[in-house]
Amino acid sequence: MAGQTKTAHFFDKLPHDKRRPRALITGDKAFKAFTASVASIVVLIIGLMTYYLYLGSRPSIDRFGAGFIVGTEWDPVKGAFGALPLILGTLTTSALALLIALPLSLGVALALSEYMPKKFSNVFSFLVELLAAVPSVVYGLWGLYVLIPFLREVVYPPIRSSLGFLPLFSGPIYGGGVLTASLLLAIMITPIMSAIMRDLFALTPSTLKEAAIALGATKWEAVKLMISYARSGIVAATILGLGRALGEAMAVTMVIGNKFQLLPSSLFDAWYTMAAILANEFIEATDELHISALINVGLLLLVINLIVLICARLIVWRYLKVAGGIMRE
Amino acid sequence: MYVALIVALIPLFSVLFEVFKRGVGVINLDFFTKPTPAVGEVGGGVANAIQGTLITIGLASLIAVPIGIVTGIFLSEYGDSKLSSIVRSFNELLNGMPSIVIGLFAYMLIATKVGFSVTAASFALALIMIPIVSRATEEALKLVPATIREAAIALGMPKWKTTMFVALRIARRAVATGVLLAVARIAGESAPVLVTMGYWKWWFAGLDRPVANLALNIFLFAKSPFENWIALAWGSALILIAMILGINVVVRLLTRERSP
Repeated sequence: MAGQTKTAHFFDKLPHDKRRPRALITGDKAFKAFTASVASIVVLIIGLMTYYLYLGSRPSIDRFGAGFIVGTEWDPVKGAFGALPLILGTLTTSALALLIALPLSLGVALALSEYMPKKFSNVFSFLVELLAAVPSVVYGLWGLYVLIPFLREVVYPPIRSSLGFLPLFSGPIYGGGVLTASLLLAIMITPIMSAIMRDLFALTPSTLKEAAIALGATKWEAVKLMISYARSGIVAATILGLGRALGEAMAVTMVIGNKFQLLPSSLFDAWYTMAAILANEFIEATDELHISALINVGLLLLVINLIVLICARLIVWRYLKVAGGIMRE
Repeated sequence: MYVALIVALIPLFSVLFEVFKRGVGVINLDFFTKPTPAVGEVGGGVANAIQGTLITIGLASLIAVPIGIVTGIFLSEYGDSKLSSIVRSFNELLNGMPSIVIGLFAYMLIATKVGFSVTAASFALALIMIPIVSRATEEALKLVPATIREAAIALGMPKWKTTMFVALRIARRAVATGVLLAVARIAGESAPVLVTMGYWKWWFAGLDRPVANLALNIFLFAKSPFENWIALAWGSALILIAMILGINVVVRLLTRERSP
């Protein structure tokens, strides 16, 4: 980004600036002030968002305090709300999704940037981008009517009969559940992660690979070198994928089974996530405390997301310093 | 490597195939002209949802496009000021924010005062659009050759005129593609729509009332036990996907033509 803004700056430093008619300078100043104030709206929005969600959570925060985060009960009738099972469900499904999506998107990125002829890789890159454009509710619909029956009939039974001695893979199979939600999330975040990684690999200096190959390394060894060179960028891409998975509401609520429990009995069992309960209960909630508890869940989601995004940002910044501007903003 | 690529693309083909196979059967004239059928009623369509989606997208664009473009101008023209790096970071935060959280904010800010309404939903969707539009504008303006700006300056144009009437004019196609992609993105958003206006099975009835929405219809219909509604869910998914992927393909073709 640094190189391209030079021209903008160039005009500000023109020696003739002082001799320009006053009206023009005023016009430019007003223009800068106007665009700056409109641009500040974005900053204002994030601030207001945090404040208003806090405002909406007040009844819940006053009532439960920090106990909301560790509470394990969710009963609108009794007015008891605790979000621990939701937090665990969100973190678990997102982590599993990353576990599946990371090797997959690394493979996709390498295939597109390193192994495929440029002619084909353009087409396939576009197909991967299309995968990212499919709305989450359509993934949910597909998950509900195509993925779930397929997993229930074809994939899960052999897994259970071979790995059933592990508690993770025992218990009844409903089709929907923790593993299904994680798989669907992995499908949804793979295109985003692989697009970032592909750009990253395209930007690694080719001299690095050439030097390795000149020294007698195989292609795979050269690629490994490149992966290690780009590793903090890969971490940042993964964190961005994590952010996407944490907040996904519609697709998850359609396949996870929406069961409020501290821990599921196995990966086939139903569970719940923070975003899923919002999609499911918010519109039907009438009780003030119930609404407030749901907004409190939203506030937690916002805070977790801010932490995740800031972490990604910091890694990218450090990376920019280390690699000297290899990844463009 | 290729195995990973194939595995990743299977879902895309499966989604497209299933949506087409199950959706194409419901698409007929009624589908585009009749509103949501009552429970148990046969036939019906999604005409009200198409109307509602267009209104919501239109209102959201009305809010987001000017703000997004001006923000993009600021980021590209004053790109190395302290404020611009702050704005860029916050833009990224907003872009990464879960859409349902944005929906809750719009609920708190607007729906608690006006009620569940198309206004609140459009506001939420506008917040999703702003980072996309501003980023596209910023990138587009940065690609305008410096020589053109220099020529304008040399002719005595002040910077603001150079930006607005020379640079932005040259970049207008790239800005338009950014807006289109943002529209494609919000057309498929259902979570923020759900928490700001809920389900509505009728036509547009005023800015302080909800409207029906295609993406949200898919969610409502898919969970229902009624055959007719489930069929409508697939039909809605088909036209939604056709629209969104259509926009993406058009944008792709436009941008490729421009940069060989």
